[in-house]
Order: sequence, then C-alpha cells, then structure tokens
Amino acid sequence: MDNVKELLVILIGSSLVSNVVLSQFLGLCPFLGVSRKVKTAAGMGGAVIFVITLASFVAGVINQFVLIKFKVQYLDTIVFILVIAALVQFVEMFLRKVMPALYEALGVYLPLITTNCAVLGVAINNEQAEYGILTGTVNGFATAVGFTVAIVILAGIREKIAYNDVPKAFQGMPIVLLTAGLMAIAFVGFSGLL
Amino acid sequence: MNKAGERLYNGLVKENPTFVLMLGMCPTLAVTTSAMNGLGMGLTTMVVLALSNLFISLLRRVIPDRVRIPAFIVVIASFVTVVQLLLEAYLPALNKSLGVYIPLIVVNCIILGRAESYAYSNPPIPSLFDGIGMGLGFSFALTCIGAFRELLGAGKLFGAALMPEGFEPIRIFGQAPGAFFVLAMLVAVQNAIKNRRKKAGKPYEKIGSGCSEDCMNCSDRGCTRRFYDAGAAEKKPVRQPGSTAQGKRPKPAQKQAEFEYIDLDKEEK
Repeated sequence: MDNVKELLVILIGSSLVSNVVLSQFLGLCPFLGVSRKVKTAAGMGGAVIFVITLASFVAGVINQFVLIKFKVQYLDTIVFILVIAALVQFVEMFLRKVMPALYEALGVYLPLITTNCAVLGVAINNEQAEYGILTGTVNGFATAVGFTVAIVILAGIREKIAYNDVPKAFQGMPIVLLTAGLMAIAFVGFSGLL
Repeated sequence: MNKAGERLYNGLVKENPTFVLMLGMCPTLAVTTSAMNGLGMGLTTMVVLALSNLFISLLRRVIPDRVRIPAFIVVIASFVTVVQLLLEAYLPALNKSLGVYIPLIVVNCIILGRAESYAYSNPPIPSLFDGIGMGLGFSFALTCIGAFRELLGAGKLFGAALMPEGFEPIRIFGQAPGAFFVLAMLVAVQNAIKNRRKKAGKPYEKIGSGCSEDCMNCSDRGCTRRFYDAGAAEKKPVRQPGSTAQGKRPKPAQKQAEFEYIDLDKEEK
C-alpha cells in the first residue's frame, strides 16, 4: 500500500507540480517549436511519452546492473546520453520495420527527441533521487505526461492567438513566451496538491 | 593572434549565443534565478565549450563524417563529467544550486553547434578561442539576466541588498514564470531592433549558427538532429569539412509538409 501511495505521489508530483517544461525548463525546444497546432502537439506529446518512458526504463536497468554493479556511477552522463541517443535511433528503425502503423503516427517526431534535454534530465533525476527501475519508469512516464499536458494546452492557446492583434514587436515568439509564463503561474498553483 | 581576438569579439558581441543567436535556452531560463548562479553556469559551460572545441578541432581529421555527432557527444560528455567532478570537489555549494543542469550541459545546443559549425572545420587555436569567446558571451548574458531577475525578485545583487528600504520584491521574477517573462521581453527587444533595421533597409537576417537558427526553431535543425546520420546520403547532404559556418542545411521536403516552422519573419516577407 505504501508503495502505491509513493508511486501516486510521484505521478502527480512529476506531471503537475514540478512540470518538466513549466517549472524545470527541460524540453523547451519542442515545447516552443512544435506547438502551433493541437494535432501536431498531441503527436509530439505521444512520442515523448513513448520515448521517455522507454528511456527511463532502460536507463534504470543500466544504472542498476552496470553503473552501480561496477561502481562507475561517475560515468553516468556519458553512458546515459549515448544509450538514449542510440535507443531513439533504434526505436525508430524498429518501429519502421515492425509496426508501420505506430511509425506513421510517431515516426516523424522521433528524431526530434534524440537529444532532447528532458530525456536525459529524467534519467539523471531518477539516478540522483535513487529511484528503482519501477519508480524511475513511473517517474519518466509522469514527466512525459506533464510535457504532453503543457504542450497541448499551449497549442490550444496558440491557435487562438493566431487571430489576435498582437503588438508588432511581440508577434511570434514573445507572445508565446508570455503565454507560457502565464501557464507557469497557473501550474505553480498545483503545488498545493501535495 | 589577430584571429583569436576576432573570435573573442565574435562570441562576446557579434554572435552572442544568448542575445543574438538565442541558443541554449533551457539553462538560460533555469539557472538565472540569481546573478551568481548565472555566472557559475556561464563559466562552467565556457570551460566545457573551450576544451571540447579544442579537442574536436584536434581530432577533426580522425573523426569520420558519418559518426561525427556521436563522437562530438562523447568528447563533450567527457569534459562535462570532468567539470562536474571538479565542481563537486571544490565548489559544492554552486554544484548543489545548479543541480541537474550541470550534466545537462551535454545537450546544450551551443556546444554541439560550435563543434559542428566551427571546430570541426577549423584549426585548434582559433577553435579554442571561439569556445572561450562564445562561453564569455554566454556567461555575460546569463549574468545580466540573473542580475535583472535577482534585483527585481529579491532586491539583491550578488547576494547584497541593493534596493531602497521601501522596495517590495516582485517575487515572481525569482520563480519559474518570471524566467519566461524576461525571455519574452528579450525576444521582443530583438524583434523591435530587427523591425527597425528592416525599415532602414539594413540587413536584418540572423546570422546562421550551424546548430540551428535559434532555440525557438529547433524542430528539424541542429540540437535535435539525428544521432547517427544513417540516411545521410539520401536525406541530407553531408557537410564537408571546410564548408562555411553559414551554410544552411536544406530542410527535408517530406518533413516540411508535416510541420510548419515558427519563422519570426514570415509575416513580413
């Protein structure tokens, strides 16, 4: 029971309270770059959920059975970045061969996530918090869900902003950043949840 | 020697990674809660940038073109690890306040961008100074933003109270939302300058930075590129060592149909 409670706390904490983009600033590039339309944003979110969950699982396994076992934790950054980057490339090839339908849906987004700092960030966070494989994977999943929630909301707002009369200097990125700032204020409110 | 000075000026002013190129936005937003943190992050990044530029430049004839990105990442990650261990040993307080953003220097697009666009096609000494220049520019920008946020958010500068008695700190600037607001203002100023230059008939296009135009358009360029250029031959022309830094890679046509990119100049063109 305690275990389930801990997992729930991680789930809420990582997805809403300390949202990966809005309070940790990881994965800003896709957050700002692929949020023009709700549909593409949701696709990106799906791909991120898939990759981060998988990557945090693999990173957890490697951490447990290689880094800790051989006492080479100081190599974590190098090992994680290489494993994650290779994993994403491998997943892309695997999906293309084995599951073309899923590849159709996620494929275009996968290369964009290769060196996304959120993926590495989750792996390192898991290691520093000394999460086990299960807890780490849940944390990765929750973080990615948080990313998806944020990017879909932002895309929804941006679809409306496109028709607004924005001052000239604020057109384009500045207004999007201001929107993200306001969203961040809203997400600060979630800290009352835990 | 002249070349070295030119690289320093280039990094600090002409192609300032934060104010002009808008690269490396994740750390820029995350660690600039105070001037000290900004400076610490900037200098740490500078060390990694200078050393990795130097070594990638030394190795540029050894690294095969197709696996250059993994090779860059290994070099960069090694230096990040070295720097991280040094920080842990000698500056534990700074290491603690920068936290996870130290290992995340690996994925800072400034570093990969400089490796790809400068160090891989230039001799070691200019590359070293290019790294130092870019790093100084980054440190300068981060310190400025940090100072601004610290001053408004806590009424202090480098930890010393500066504001008059009656000043009520605007807390939000020290927190996450404030970072977005400050960056929004920065980009707005940049846009305003660009609009004015355009009106005056001067060139207003951003300088290409190899890695990506900037962090806001990261989608298909630079920092999010494929790890291993398996399809390099059919998909993108492989960059020849020695080609200019300004050479833009053509976008893959099929991907372009899928996304639209945020182009700040699109409306005006």
